[in-house]
Amino acid sequence: MDEKHWEHFYHQADIGVRGVGPTKEEAFEQAGLALTAVITEVGSLEAKDLVKVECEAPNDELLFADWLNAIVYEMATRRMLFGRFQVRFDGNRLQGNLWGQPVDVAKHQPAVEVKGATYTELEVKRGEDGAWIAQCVVDV
Amino acid sequence: MDLKKLTQESDSQWRIAPAGKMRVPAILYGSAELMRDMDEKVYEQIVNVAALPGIERAAYAMPDAHWGYGFPIGGVAAFDPKHGGVVSAGGVGFDISCGVRTLTTGLTSADVESVAEGLADALFRTVPAGVGSRGRIHLDPAEMDAMLSGGAAWAVERGYGLPQDLDRIEEHGCMKGARPDAVSEFAKKRQKDEMGTLGSGNHYLEVQRVTEIYNSEIARIFGIREDDVVLSIHCGSRGLGHQIGTEFLKQMLLAPEARQIELPDRELACAPIESPIGETYLGAMRAAINCALANREIITHLSRQAFAQVLPKAELRLLYDVSHNTCKVEEHRIDGGSKRLFVHRKGATRAFGPGHPDVPAALQETGQPVLIGGTMGTASYILAGVPESEARSFGSSCHGAGRQMSRHQATRQWHGRELVDQLRRQGIIIRSPSLRGVAEEAPGAYKDVSAVVDAADRAGLSRKIARLEPMVCVKG
Repeated sequence: MDEKHWEHFYHQADIGVRGVGPTKEEAFEQAGLALTAVITEVGSLEAKDLVKVECEAPNDELLFADWLNAIVYEMATRRMLFGRFQVRFDGNRLQGNLWGQPVDVAKHQPAVEVKGATYTELEVKRGEDGAWIAQCVVDV
Repeated sequence: MDLKKLTQESDSQWRIAPAGKMRVPAILYGSAELMRDMDEKVYEQIVNVAALPGIERAAYAMPDAHWGYGFPIGGVAAFDPKHGGVVSAGGVGFDISCGVRTLTTGLTSADVESVAEGLADALFRTVPAGVGSRGRIHLDPAEMDAMLSGGAAWAVERGYGLPQDLDRIEEHGCMKGARPDAVSEFAKKRQKDEMGTLGSGNHYLEVQRVTEIYNSEIARIFGIREDDVVLSIHCGSRGLGHQIGTEFLKQMLLAPEARQIELPDRELACAPIESPIGETYLGAMRAAINCALANREIITHLSRQAFAQVLPKAELRLLYDVSHNTCKVEEHRIDGGSKRLFVHRKGATRAFGPGHPDVPAALQETGQPVLIGGTMGTASYILAGVPESEARSFGSSCHGAGRQMSRHQATRQWHGRELVDQLRRQGIIIRSPSLRGVAEEAPGAYKDVSAVVDAADRAGLSRKIARLEPMVCVKG
């Protein structure tokens, strides 16, 4: 089984975010990092301040889109960027912790705002090697 | 795209005959070269759109069509509420009422060249741009609702912009039927500090030089001559529109009245126009249109202030403001009669011809200005609507170049600083808070806008009037 990691995948106009991990929680957390990496270098962030979010959806895939949208919302309204994520599931609910810091334009050089998570290429599944994969295209 | 799957009807018109679940044909516009380069996903997506309930005449793809979410970007589709027609949040897009406005300045390029650096600084200082930027206007709940109902007319009432601007904005600057009560508190909170901000990505504020006139009579009426300087603004409804798009995409997938619609693709989530969720979305979407119109009006006001600091003789007059992500109620000719249809334009520009009642009185002879944005290193275009586009595309044309390369590929190929220096040598001044953002928006990452515009002209979707090239570009 692969170590947990995140990556981007190709979409013509926008960008795909993918989290991979041994558990569903870690796949969601890694996808949070992939989302941040659309905007800035993940390594440039300090995980100073904690923001808590909650989401609820009838299935894993819509819950994943909601999770990314909750991060997008907190980034936009708090003018923050997040570099560490923690997810806990409770049935069809998700409780998430986001750690990050206020946007520092000179330091973070944020490239683009993410408008929202789309349902394009949206999947939450276990790969053949047993690793969890959570992914979708985000609109930028 | 595999051209063998299409029936060629002219040098710039292609057809997919109804098959399977398609209720109407799909019509695609573009040269053979553009069609060959078009993503296969456009084929799949336009075929899916043609299968939606209540669709009229055909599903259309403009010459700049590319892979979108459910609908292709560059897609046009009209639905009849009396025949189960639907409204789709994905068919409008996340950036509701994203659009372009162009203003004449009364200046020539010689007026601007000597002070271009100062003008770039003034615009960059005055118009907030980029991730995390805040506007100087902060709306309380009552003002938020007034803005969502009033649009650009609200902005003008509050002293941002000029009353005469409203004559040159779609819907006279105020979209009727907006329902601030249908907009969530989340969306309002996301917008509260974002009025008058440019955003990021492909949004821009550009000082441009008119480098070529293709139709001098219409250009004269538009008030543009070769070597004139104009200002163009490309942005949308900011966080409010993004949040509305996000929320209704999910609601349309889960609402009971919407679940009865068989969807070939989850991203096509839609609801009957005549349903509670459909009506609520339309009210919220129209409020977001007003947000976009107010936003572009405030940015215009700020731009006038910046010009006044550097070039006091400039007189910024609005040529036109047109959106390219909308759903609008329009009368169209169907089977010899007239029908009231809900026309989705996702990455497509309304392009009404001469004499259309929705075209401003001063432009009745010319047709509506169609404003097409390029990249910071290439060209933008002003076109005009033609009467034939009503029958060809419900009065619609292309909207821009469209990416040919992902953001990631672009950052591997170009570095922001080198690109800024290279463009400076070409006489183009860039101002942006993010060098990575500049690299991702490199001109080479986009398709050739001139080929798209030529195709729109040849296909009779709109006619070329003028070519613009950037002098100063403020990117988010």
